[in-house]
Amino acid sequence: MTETAHFLLDGVAVPFAEGQTILEAARAAGRYIPHLCWHPDFPPHGSCKLCIVAVGGRHLSACATPATDGATVASDTPEINAERRALLQMLFVEGNHFCPSCEKSGLCQLQALASELGMTTPRFNHFYPDRPVDASHPEVLLDFNRCIYCELCVRASRDQDGKSVFALTNRGIHKHLVVNAESGRLADTDFAADDVAAGICPVGVILKKRVGFAVPIGSRTYDERPISAVSMDREEP
Amino acid sequence: MSGEAKLKVATVSLAGCFGCHMSLLDMDERLIDLLEHVEFERSPLTDIKRVGRCDIGLIEGGVCNAENVQVLREFRRCCHTLVALGACAVNGGLPAQRNHLDVGQCLQAVYLSRQGLAGGRVPDDPELPLPLDKVHPVHEVVRIDYFLPGCPPSGELIFTFLSDLIRGRSPRLGHPALRYD
Repeated sequence: MTETAHFLLDGVAVPFAEGQTILEAARAAGRYIPHLCWHPDFPPHGSCKLCIVAVGGRHLSACATPATDGATVASDTPEINAERRALLQMLFVEGNHFCPSCEKSGLCQLQALASELGMTTPRFNHFYPDRPVDASHPEVLLDFNRCIYCELCVRASRDQDGKSVFALTNRGIHKHLVVNAESGRLADTDFAADDVAAGICPVGVILKKRVGFAVPIGSRTYDERPISAVSMDREEP
Repeated sequence: MSGEAKLKVATVSLAGCFGCHMSLLDMDERLIDLLEHVEFERSPLTDIKRVGRCDIGLIEGGVCNAENVQVLREFRRCCHTLVALGACAVNGGLPAQRNHLDVGQCLQAVYLSRQGLAGGRVPDDPELPLPLDKVHPVHEVVRIDYFLPGCPPSGELIFTFLSDLIRGRSPRLGHPALRYD
């Protein structure tokens, strides 16, 4: 019998199959590594950097790094979690994340991760950008204030729905989500409320109309269990 | 406990709705436990108007006008430990939802161009503090020692938080106590 290939995650052996990434193998072994842009139904994107881990002293994205036999991986350490908090803080000040008025509150991965990692303050100065909402579609509202550029909607609409309704445009600090229509309005696309892209947003950008605040505070997904537990069962968009 | 000096606590609501102060009162009879260890200095609860030397300052609300800036700086000068209490103090909250608008246009829209406001004027009494062009979280104006998010943070959470501070422990927030709504 040959010994299964494994790496050490925070000192605990995690077995893996050839081709698995560190994040996939860890998840299969019931070990949570924080992430926002990664989703099991899509190839790694490697943009949010929340899944950062230290492999032999180098900081790498666990979602995009193949597991290697005998590697020493550090994830849940004060230093790495502080880096993750700093990334979250930058996401929070870059957009307008006003949780008390957001329909996604309690179901939002950004919010749940901030709670999981003990983010008590946005720390940096807020940008307070001006990002008008798009309420043109009869069934779905787009609130661009909360976009974190994970591109899950872009990928879902392009790769699974075959519609390419969404895209990111511009670079760096000017990057933002747009709708692929001459008018820029969601109503002028073939987007539908039952598209995969309609249910994939980890934050509160793509919202189905007339169902907001249906679940009372206290019973929402992340009220009851932290994202580290929920994520082991399913990716809750 | 009788031999120990009580800690002095000051509280204020800047650009807030007093919801965090209601939440403070919402700890109900535990306020009596708390009062064995602390006494309230300047606070809407005591109606003392000027803040003196204090151990703990609780700031509700963000900073939306010149008076808020002055009061917040006084609190920083006088309080050993300053706490941002609630969503508005932590990130500007509801009042900061005007930040992408021009404050002059806001005032005109509210006082001049609204329907039924013929002959209206923008209030300009010199006693009124001047609004800032943007609403700021308190940490953008002074150094803050602790942040207690929530809209509002529950009475239970405020009690636990203050109990930790009183006993010299660093308050630690995690799921499910740490929330932003």
